[in-house]
Amino acid sequence: MSIGAVLGQSASPLSPTSIFAPASTPAQTIFDLSMMVIALVVAIFVIVGGLIAYSVVKFRKRRNDDGREPAQVYGSQQVELAWTIIPVITVLVLFLATARAVLAVQGASKPKDAVEVTVVGHQFWWEYQYPGKKVVTANELHVPVGEKTFLKLLSADTDHSFWVPRLGGKTDLVPNHPNQMWIEPRETGLFLGQCAQYCGTQHGMMLLRIYVDSRTDFDRWLKEQATLARADDAFAEGRKIFEQTACINCHAVAGTAANGRFGPDLTHLMSRETLGAGVVRNTPENLRRWIRRPDDFKPGSLMPPMGLTEQQLDAVTTYLASLR
Amino acid sequence: MSTADTLAWPGTRTTSRPLVDKLQEWVTTVDHKRLGILYIAYALFFLVVAGIEATVMRIQLIRPHNAFVSPQNFNRLFTMHGTTMIFFVAMPLVFGFANYLVPLMIGARDMAFPRLNAFSFWLTAFGGLILHYSLVGGYGLYGAGTVPDVGWWAYAPLTAKTFSPGHSSDYWTLSLLVSGFGSILTAVNLIATTISMRCRGMTLGKMPLLAWLSLVMAGLVILAVGPLTAAQIMLLIDRYLGGHFFDTQAGGSAVLWMHFFWIFGHPEVYVLILPAFAFVSEIVPVFSRKAMFGYPIMVAATIAIGFISCSVWAHHMFSVGMSVGGHLFFTVTTMAIAVPTGIKIFNWLATMWGGKIYFKAPMLFCVAFLFQFLIAGLTGVMLASSAFTWQTAGSYFVVAHFHYVIIGGILFAAFGAFYYWYPKMTGRMYSETLAKWHFWLFLIGFHVTFDTMHIPGLLGMPRRIYTYEPGRGWDTLNLIVTIGVVFQAAGVLTFVFNLVRSYLRGRPAGSDPWDAWTLEWSTTSPPPEYNFATIPTVKSRRPLWDLKHPEDPDWKYE
Repeated sequence: MSIGAVLGQSASPLSPTSIFAPASTPAQTIFDLSMMVIALVVAIFVIVGGLIAYSVVKFRKRRNDDGREPAQVYGSQQVELAWTIIPVITVLVLFLATARAVLAVQGASKPKDAVEVTVVGHQFWWEYQYPGKKVVTANELHVPVGEKTFLKLLSADTDHSFWVPRLGGKTDLVPNHPNQMWIEPRETGLFLGQCAQYCGTQHGMMLLRIYVDSRTDFDRWLKEQATLARADDAFAEGRKIFEQTACINCHAVAGTAANGRFGPDLTHLMSRETLGAGVVRNTPENLRRWIRRPDDFKPGSLMPPMGLTEQQLDAVTTYLASLR
Repeated sequence: MSTADTLAWPGTRTTSRPLVDKLQEWVTTVDHKRLGILYIAYALFFLVVAGIEATVMRIQLIRPHNAFVSPQNFNRLFTMHGTTMIFFVAMPLVFGFANYLVPLMIGARDMAFPRLNAFSFWLTAFGGLILHYSLVGGYGLYGAGTVPDVGWWAYAPLTAKTFSPGHSSDYWTLSLLVSGFGSILTAVNLIATTISMRCRGMTLGKMPLLAWLSLVMAGLVILAVGPLTAAQIMLLIDRYLGGHFFDTQAGGSAVLWMHFFWIFGHPEVYVLILPAFAFVSEIVPVFSRKAMFGYPIMVAATIAIGFISCSVWAHHMFSVGMSVGGHLFFTVTTMAIAVPTGIKIFNWLATMWGGKIYFKAPMLFCVAFLFQFLIAGLTGVMLASSAFTWQTAGSYFVVAHFHYVIIGGILFAAFGAFYYWYPKMTGRMYSETLAKWHFWLFLIGFHVTFDTMHIPGLLGMPRRIYTYEPGRGWDTLNLIVTIGVVFQAAGVLTFVFNLVRSYLRGRPAGSDPWDAWTLEWSTTSPPPEYNFATIPTVKSRRPLWDLKHPEDPDWKYE
């Protein structure tokens, strides 16, 4: 069936962010609609484009032209009526198909047992809160497979947009304008996406990572995330530096004096695979470089270089690397 | 010439006046033809500037994690590229052609308000200069100027003082404010001219389609640019007088700005495409040697497009979070526009049907226009489907779609118009060989770039990102998109070279090189300052056809 189907088959292994490889109910609904829409417009293109091509070839001026003007035709009401009515019917069909998809996705009601997550867009990272679960994390969202997760979308500063193509369409995060969307992933794994509404300098590297876990894995993850940070005297020096510099104005570590909310929550920093909203892998070496100068990875990031000495850097990195 | 000779003091040289005098003539002119040419030259200059900005962006995106420009500079580039292309290339281009052609085609000697005409041109010109002065001026960052980086639609609250300190957003706001006044005044002038300056016998039903389309375009300018100008003033109040219209940190509304911007932004698309339709509606009949098929329906479709286009703006906001009712309303209105637009395509097709089509450069560009605008229209219908657009909004699919409209549609038609009226404007014939080179180079470049560009959007690539991650299936596609730019640039350079060379060395064109039918071809090339020695009288839509075929005049059938 048409170009779309071909793209759909070839695209899924090719691209982890293809809209033709749906893995969640809303994405599937949109995919089905897209296939129909694409088939229809391709058919229209073939017919109308074919007519244009035919007339261009057929009615071109010939070499043996007699130089006389062709018959002048000024119009025809029957013909005009026909090519008004046919498009009207086509448009009506498309509209009804769209209406069905819109109702299926946006009209869906929230079941009582749905997982709820509040997503807060920040310049240039994502905050995820699990209401009632005492879990706040950043940049890497975990949801259970086979269940509906409802996302409440808020913004702390400018507009953002939450777009993970294989899980669903995008919805914007607009300040003073709370939004909602839902996903229902069919398979476990990592799903990628990124901010799709221009939000400032580092819009391009405001990446999304959604981990779809089995229910048991998800519950285990939630339980771990709800614990306070480990207090280990071995890292006391780094912790002291962390708490006595400006770090804690922006970052929180549950169970310590650090309760800033401007930057990502660091309570379980090392449980995350990436730093800086997906810009680089989360290893102690990268973490150290990030603290030393965030602009090395993400020029324009709102975290300033802290001006720590090499020793202080080592200590803070060791402390943060202990937050699992 | 003879007047100048007799008036000249014996012994003085009358042929080469000092450059300053010539310049002064152009700066102080109120002649609609000179102002038209000024608009067009101004648009061409900024076409090159904004084209260079696009090229730099394409170099940056040629491979993942490229570091050709910094993130902030990339954001500045797409802001300047978009703003310049819409407000200082496309708008002046359509105003330039309307200015030049409408009085000639309706048999008038000038616009209704020649001084106002000059005033609005210089306002528009000043707007573009303010915007580009941000490259060097203001008290911005040292060496980097204060170039705006908020995107061409400048969504709130990015433009609020909190997120945009300094003056970069002010350059953007003020330039659009100033050029907005210029646009509105030009529109008023065009409407007054078309309504009250038509020659004897030219009823509204006998006006050339170009005049009709310009009339509707001017009406849309007044409806659309008004809200944009109001929004700019509100934004300035926010930034300098403590207002909170769009300042979300103080309870203002980001969504309000979106409504203001798109209630301008969508009719604006039709402000630009209607003149393109106008060019095609003039060129296709002449090069098919047939009368326009279904003239009354074409006019009706134009007016319908004008009205419907004012009720579709929120399809730019399908991802913003709307009610089900909102989605359905804006889906159906947006799709409805496909009907009158489809009628137009069918009418052009019917005009070619049974004709004797000859493929000079203007017609080549129009045939390419037909195919490309068909595709652009179809992707437009896809994007009208709100659920489909939940996936594609803000992605490269949209970028490809509107470049297809603006380049594949508007610019191709405008290139056709350039070649069609070049002999009239300059009195010289362009080089057909170079024009064909231009056509094929640009056609290849356009398709390599913009056909390909749809795909990364469907594979999840959002617009306005300064770089991207490898492994998402976007790498090769972006490389191909960038390669197309080379051909497009070569095409545009050929075009500019052709314009300049033909102006200096082209053979004289004569007053009617295309054996055409509208009034502008009845006067000399270029026309005298007063256009017509005697004001013509017309009896049909094709006065020159009547003249050339007294045995079979149009007025017998209309």
